[in-house]
Amino acid sequence: MKFETVIGLEVHVHLKTKTKAFCGCSTEFGSEPNTQTCPVCLGLPGSLPVLNAKALEYAVKVALALDCKPQEFIKFDRKNYFYPDLPKNYQISQYDMPVGLDGFVSIDIDNVEKKIRVKRVHLEEDAGKLIHKQEGSASLVDYNRCGIALLEIVSEPDINSPSEAFEYLKNLKLIIQYLGVSDCDMEKGSLRCDANISLRPKGKKQLGTKIELKNMNSFKGVRDALEYEVKRQEDVLSQGGSITQETRLWDEDKQLTFSMRSKEEAHDYRYFPDPDLVPFTLSREFIAGIRKELPEFPKDRIPRYIREFGLTQKEADIIVQDKDMCVFFEGCAAVYTQPRKIYNWLTGVVLAYMNDRKKNITQLDLKPQALAKLIQYVEEGRLSNLAAKDVLFYALDEKKDIDSVIKEKGATQVSGSKDLEKFVEAALKDNPKSVKDFLAGKENAIMFLVGQVMKLSKGKANPKVVKEIIIGRLSEDTTYGIK
Amino acid sequence: MLNTKTAHELLDLIKAGKASRDKILSDLKSRIDKVEPKVKAYAHLPKETDSAKQDSLLNGIPIAIKDNICTKGQFATCASRILENFSAPYDATVIKKLKEKGALIFGKTNMDEFAFGSSCETSCYGPTRNPWDLERVPGGSSGGSAAAVAADEAIWALGSDTGGSIRQPAALCAVVGLKPTYGRVSRYGLIAFASSLDQIGPITKDVHDAALLLNVISGHDEKDSTCADIPTVDYTSCFTKDLKGVKIAIPKEYFIKGLDKEVEDSVKQAKAVLEKLGATFKEVSLPHTKYAVSVYYIIATAEASSNLARFDGVQYGFRDKSSGSDESGQLISMYKQTRGKGFGLEAKRRIILGTYVLSSGYYDAYYLRALKVRTLIKNDFDKVFKDFDCVLTPTSPTAAFKVGERLENPLSMYLSDIYTISANLAGIPAISIPCGFTKNKLPIGLQLLSAPFKEENLFRSAYAFEQNTPWHKMKPDLNI
Amino acid sequence: MNISKDTVKYVANLARLGLNDEELEKFSLQLNDILQYIEQLKEVDISKIAPTAHVLDIKNVKRKDEPSASLPVKEALNNSPQKEGSFFKVPKVIE
Repeated sequence: MKFETVIGLEVHVHLKTKTKAFCGCSTEFGSEPNTQTCPVCLGLPGSLPVLNAKALEYAVKVALALDCKPQEFIKFDRKNYFYPDLPKNYQISQYDMPVGLDGFVSIDIDNVEKKIRVKRVHLEEDAGKLIHKQEGSASLVDYNRCGIALLEIVSEPDINSPSEAFEYLKNLKLIIQYLGVSDCDMEKGSLRCDANISLRPKGKKQLGTKIELKNMNSFKGVRDALEYEVKRQEDVLSQGGSITQETRLWDEDKQLTFSMRSKEEAHDYRYFPDPDLVPFTLSREFIAGIRKELPEFPKDRIPRYIREFGLTQKEADIIVQDKDMCVFFEGCAAVYTQPRKIYNWLTGVVLAYMNDRKKNITQLDLKPQALAKLIQYVEEGRLSNLAAKDVLFYALDEKKDIDSVIKEKGATQVSGSKDLEKFVEAALKDNPKSVKDFLAGKENAIMFLVGQVMKLSKGKANPKVVKEIIIGRLSEDTTYGIK
Repeated sequence: MLNTKTAHELLDLIKAGKASRDKILSDLKSRIDKVEPKVKAYAHLPKETDSAKQDSLLNGIPIAIKDNICTKGQFATCASRILENFSAPYDATVIKKLKEKGALIFGKTNMDEFAFGSSCETSCYGPTRNPWDLERVPGGSSGGSAAAVAADEAIWALGSDTGGSIRQPAALCAVVGLKPTYGRVSRYGLIAFASSLDQIGPITKDVHDAALLLNVISGHDEKDSTCADIPTVDYTSCFTKDLKGVKIAIPKEYFIKGLDKEVEDSVKQAKAVLEKLGATFKEVSLPHTKYAVSVYYIIATAEASSNLARFDGVQYGFRDKSSGSDESGQLISMYKQTRGKGFGLEAKRRIILGTYVLSSGYYDAYYLRALKVRTLIKNDFDKVFKDFDCVLTPTSPTAAFKVGERLENPLSMYLSDIYTISANLAGIPAISIPCGFTKNKLPIGLQLLSAPFKEENLFRSAYAFEQNTPWHKMKPDLNI
Repeated sequence: MNISKDTVKYVANLARLGLNDEELEKFSLQLNDILQYIEQLKEVDISKIAPTAHVLDIKNVKRKDEPSASLPVKEALNNSPQKEGSFFKVPKVIE
């Protein structure tokens, strides 16, 4: 029997606000336990929540970016359940009037666009962190994370394979990163993903029994867990078995899912409107204002880069993965009209530097104009590629501007300085045979000489310039007998 | 003795150099030493270490605070075992305001556990007694505050009112109690019972003090989303000698079976006094009044079941340490044992009812329906206040009942709030003032209600009435 | 409407409330009384009535995304029945 896979994803992202959703505590990651807490996020008796305006704004941004219908009226509800990471034993969340409804994320499946519908986007508060001690009979609780604004994005079960799920997550993350409202860093827990997966015989309408998958720590982990689960369920079903509804956890080390096995009660969250928070109306002007701020997303940017800048599809795909890189690229392209050269520099030398220093482009002390200038110098032959790379690395490390580095290191040199002439003299002197060959009309011989000079200059010389100097030198100096 | 004075009288005396803060405190303390063993108004007696700002509006006048309002570094236990030894790490907004104006925080008063009750009997510290008859309840849930003020163990006090918890004990103890408009006073730091109904308010010896205290505690607070950003007025400046032009409505639904004859007569006499002062009266209908108790017990218990979920032994308060692991595991067992032992019977009853009405399948039938009928109750009042300044009713259908009398019959206890609940559901302000005594010398209170944020209307009528009646001057005889 | 002992048990479990048999019995009787009384709401025509979750017409109350002081960790942990270092300590969550 052939099966169809049906997957729905629940993604939680931390919104990058300075303070928590309902109190003024810092959201900084990695602080000492329970140092970023106050009566409100600790849920102390008598404390009351007040919504962070930025959190709402960010949430609306995401909703609009996912093409959700703008909501005029939203409210917060209490989701009641007991857990020690939840100090009030209810979570402030949104039930029937969330920030966003009915959106979608496009993914590309073999060059065909597929729309994965987004059921809802809602704003809620995060819970604290539990540390389960290996030995002993206790768990420890840290409430620093508790109360951080969390956006839950729930897809419809429109995803039909683990790789579609992977694409969905990649694109969703990209959209959110473009908005600048979250780091989407799974390692730091600022993006988390749970999955619902079921299988049904191909052609059948009725959904199979679904399994909830948790504990995946990367997009790859999500894909692997889903792949494992597809196989596992296929095996069970093909042998005539049946799937029991349960929550399973992904074990990254063993690469398998296992049943949580704890007795699960039927959920009865007793949602009701939170009387401590008033409703919110999102005016047309507010929505329009946020819409105006939305950046150009990859799905529009890619064709434009191909059209305007002559990038290939692959190149465009690569550069749009980083919005800041795109901004830098376009900044550069505005002052220097060779976009493909810029692209090569950015994804070559600049990216190498970024990876090496573990920085993103906005953290570099580099302006698009400066990079454009550097590329121009190379194109004009004032610098070799290698020298330019050195200049750039040095300039970035020392936070100096390119021209002064060139001066300081005498890097322009190599195309005019005495050093270069010395290298040329030495090369000519040491290779009389090649000189002879060239003078005898063997054009190729000059390339060998150029190579020698390059060697002597340790790559700093510009080959084009070296070639010109050699030709000039051989023609002006009668020693070598050029007519 | 200075402890028998009102706050505004004391302020005048201090200004005139005829009273000192030390004398006020020592008079209060010796009074507490004498009568507290009988009345048991305090959950936590005043601490010696407390101090107040000098030369300020309130000039160090002490104030007793209900035990469900957080004062930094002091117990805030809601008279519940589950909050035993809980010391609040912060001040409620009302406390902050009081301290800024120079009040001295002076003891935490007893109450029904988590404000669940109308008799002050469900406290884990034992019942408070009515100073007018120690066999009887002081009313509740702010019974400790009302009894302390009535017995001159406090100059004035703060209470909280979710369904009548300020007004009913005020009526039963012959003191003044005001429940402000919902949103007039910040709830930040008030340990929530039912968030959409709770308000903090004054319990005082006269109307002037209530107005003075509201001046201090009212106003916008950025820490409470439901606290209105509407300007306050000087409530002590709205007193007038007569009530010419004041239109008062009498709702016929409040004068029905269950209303004690003596209470009814007393309120009717009060009406005559107000008429004499120039007020005009007309009978009106508030047709949905009879549903108020039902609506209230659904909404209030639902909200309470969620508000009280946080008391679980994890971060603060009582944790049952005997609990081992039952079939559902150590943690759940800890939760259940802690909450089972930490909460009293009435709290458990309300948590069960509130959880039930919110549970899957019942939300629409109970909670949503109650919210809709709440709309109708509010609409009734909106309509009346188009034509009237105030509504006059009894505060409680009966005078103080005996300790233990209604404990075993929750419904009868719930019905004692029948006249006060509507104001909380409609969010409107209401005041209870003394208006007479039964032949057994038990206090009777009348209630005035007004449109939202029109507390001045209440103060005006209540003040004029008070100036022309002796009731607020009466003191209980505690056989001392 | 009738609350059975089992219903009270179910609800008590949702509310993490340990009740003994006597309490279960008592509550199911008392709650039946109360629910019976509440039944009166069924006679009200609410078909065209909007619910009042908030009695005041206040909307859009927000605060700026500006940090305010957190509690000193000592104060945060001051009331805890059990702690370890600067963590709150609870019975093991996953067994």
